[in-house]
Amino acid sequence: MSRHRMNDSIRLSRRRFLQVLAGGAGVLMVGIRVADAADAPLPPALLGDTFHDLGAYVRIDRDGNVLIGARDPDTGTGVATALPRIIAEELDADWNRVSVIALGLGVADNHGKPRWTYGRQVGGTGSSIPAAWSDLRQVGALARWLLLQAAARRLGVPADRLGSESGTVIAPDGRRFTFGSLVDDASKISLPKTAPPLKDPARFSLIGSPAGDVDAHDIVTGQAAFAIDHQADTALVAVLAHCPWPDGKLKRIDTTDTLAVKGVVNVMQLTPEPDQPWGSTVIAPAVAVLAEDTWSALQGRRKLKLEWTPGASVGESSAAMEKQASALLAGDAPPTTRVRNDGDIEAAGKKAARRLSASYVQPWLAHATAEPMNCLVRLDKDRARLVVPTQAPQKAWAVVQRLTGLGPAQIEIRVPRVGGGYGRRLDHDFVAEAVILAKAVDKPVRLLWTREQDFTHDYYRSGCVHQLSVIINRKRQVIGWNQRMASASALAHRGVPDNLLWTSELEADQLPAGLIPNFRSDWYGQQSAIPRGPARGMPFLSNAFAVESFVDEIAHLLREDPLHTRLRLLGKPRQLPLSAGGTMDIGRLLNVLNLVAERIEWKNWLRSVNGLGIACWYVNGAYVAHAVEAAMQGNKLLILRVVCAVDVGRVINPLGLEDQVAGATLDALSTALNLAITFKNGQIQQHSYKDYPLASMAQLPAAVEVITVPGNRDPTGASFLAMPTAAPALANAVFRASAVRVRRLPLMKELLRLL
Amino acid sequence: MVPVPAQAIPLSPDNRITPVKARDGVDLMINGEHFRHTGDPQMPLLWYLRDVLRLTGTKYGDNHGENGSDLVLLDGKAVSAITVPVAKVAGRKITTVEGLTANDGSLHPLQQAFIAEDAIGCGYCTPGWLMASMDLLNRKPQPSDADIDQLPNLCRCGCQTRVRRAIKRAVAAKVSQP
Repeated sequence: MSRHRMNDSIRLSRRRFLQVLAGGAGVLMVGIRVADAADAPLPPALLGDTFHDLGAYVRIDRDGNVLIGARDPDTGTGVATALPRIIAEELDADWNRVSVIALGLGVADNHGKPRWTYGRQVGGTGSSIPAAWSDLRQVGALARWLLLQAAARRLGVPADRLGSESGTVIAPDGRRFTFGSLVDDASKISLPKTAPPLKDPARFSLIGSPAGDVDAHDIVTGQAAFAIDHQADTALVAVLAHCPWPDGKLKRIDTTDTLAVKGVVNVMQLTPEPDQPWGSTVIAPAVAVLAEDTWSALQGRRKLKLEWTPGASVGESSAAMEKQASALLAGDAPPTTRVRNDGDIEAAGKKAARRLSASYVQPWLAHATAEPMNCLVRLDKDRARLVVPTQAPQKAWAVVQRLTGLGPAQIEIRVPRVGGGYGRRLDHDFVAEAVILAKAVDKPVRLLWTREQDFTHDYYRSGCVHQLSVIINRKRQVIGWNQRMASASALAHRGVPDNLLWTSELEADQLPAGLIPNFRSDWYGQQSAIPRGPARGMPFLSNAFAVESFVDEIAHLLREDPLHTRLRLLGKPRQLPLSAGGTMDIGRLLNVLNLVAERIEWKNWLRSVNGLGIACWYVNGAYVAHAVEAAMQGNKLLILRVVCAVDVGRVINPLGLEDQVAGATLDALSTALNLAITFKNGQIQQHSYKDYPLASMAQLPAAVEVITVPGNRDPTGASFLAMPTAAPALANAVFRASAVRVRRLPLMKELLRLL
Repeated sequence: MVPVPAQAIPLSPDNRITPVKARDGVDLMINGEHFRHTGDPQMPLLWYLRDVLRLTGTKYGDNHGENGSDLVLLDGKAVSAITVPVAKVAGRKITTVEGLTANDGSLHPLQQAFIAEDAIGCGYCTPGWLMASMDLLNRKPQPSDADIDQLPNLCRCGCQTRVRRAIKRAVAAKVSQP
């Protein structure tokens, strides 16, 4: 029997507490906990010491092995590497002795309500690193403090005369004590009254130095288990046939042939719950085939005879949506929301020497995650256990809780490494499907979507049309900017009030807001029954393409170097106040712009036989610019060089950041070049990768040159930072290379039409 | 298949003899080990690997093998495991991503190069890239950029530039250690 002691906590801020966990003998564990209410007492909650229930913590054993938990799902963003590095840095751990585990959902029962024991747990939204910077450092610092205290007592010297490095405490006389040799003593030391001080960044050795993906070995050997790779012995495999219309109904079903397939056990119906928001319930009516193995289930599905009755969405098409958007922007109807209205755009028109207007049309997009939707669920009388590929385990929990009625802590959700998210896995329709089926068949269920379902039943990014107009005075200054955007909000059908639906579509502060005295931004909302939801890079992606293409068009009108036009628009380095608080640092934006210009040798812009294009954007506290060199070879577009500069403040893992920036650049190019979702009679027309052709290796540039601006400000996230500017920089380069201005995506199709 | 006219088949007693099956099932050789599949011989190799053998390194990407997540080596050549029924690969040498690692756990130079270049996005499609790269190096030990361009895999995370570097690194490592 291991000896335990009471848990102990230190108050860090209003809602966060450091906590030392009572572990088995010989183990020191430090976690972090978020209080439910500002004035809650500090209950010595026992998080336990089983492998699975550990907090966002560090655990050190007598041999000096350090186990660090990664709390946020890693969808390929590198947070499972970066977050533990932050803890290890403050601990002064030897990174070679560190192992990382994915924590899964941390939830405890707080009088029937969930208490999130690991704090926020969201991946792929750019917020993991900033959140970790504000709390995970203290986890490492506290563990280190305890180890130093233990050594100080053993040596009889004050702790502040001790140093630490790479998994050892160093005595004034140079003697070294491994962390492992100190953990027994350290776990008996009382916590300090206040949180121990954090490390001086000048002493950082892990933060700021490159680290490869912690899962790399498991991935290249095929050992890394994604959710889709998890099995339960008695689980039935469920595959679905979804109704082509999200609002349709099952009209007729004949399961005779399906049930005759060897291995098929059951056929069941799933229906969306009408009162539930998008993303929390079944995405469309469906018929599920449950079988003993995947092959039998798929064969059974092929033999289903189904007839569906369409819903009202049968009248919808993406072409009609676009037409409606253009009509809205051309008409006189007031906008759904006037997002911003600086100065007096009408009065500015009186000083107009020149005007320019242009419209940009961008398509609907799918997520196309590499790992299709899937979920393993095992329901027992008083317990639900799931393996879920999710970006937001707390949201998955809410769906499971609603459907099972289980208590908060009776729901266990594991989140292994996730095969791509891009916002798709912030929704949990597939979790609802799996739970409903498992309840009905009283057996564990392993749900698997096929790729066709993934393309035809997504929460898409809406297509959109931007209409941009500027007023230029006789001094060639842009004195008025009027932008109108029409789209179907990603926040509709999600309980968001109508006056906030615009917030998924554009930003009040997006460039060039604040730079032009008379500035108006209007949003026209469209209705659609085709599901929408969060998408990578949204809302920056579509807005940066329109605005940064248009800035190039302004430069062309003024017969000006487009870099010069941008520098003129941005003006002097200064802090530009943001309406949501904080400021945008124009100096940092100018810097990334100048860095890519210099690297791509922008001075050749005019005389280069190849086309050079440039673009910059501001993304949630970070700054990004792209420069692209492209050429036409007949009808073939060659992307010769791509340079991207980013300023994210302090860089936690330079290699991880480079991977994210290069990766997002390629994703953005692939999307802009090739991709569009269309629908007709309410049915999605893309069924396979052939219809939704992610760019091949040959179509993409051979390299992305990434420039990282060093910095010491608090770090920002970077998972989609490099998405917004790649496409406009490409389109601007294409204009120089071909004299064709592409105002409609996907770019290749439009370019070939216009050439 | 061209239908054969019925009268063309001589109905001599010899033809009615049905050969005795030595044993049921399909014999398979996967990563150097022998297996016998006694289920549906039309089951695609992918589901046999994943559901039956629980070798889950080979991933489901789509039903037509379009994105390359399900590539395995069949006698050294990359094929999409979802498009090949188990019956078709009887007796042939199949290598999955798990089979790239030596028995003593040491990694193939290509696996090492993928780690060294951090040629991993979410990691789901990585086994497929590895198998496609193996196939490429089997055919062209010194591939050009244009050869690398021909890899069939798709990846939304954008690992392509790093995979290119990894292949070049693996080639260089082989050249320096003959």
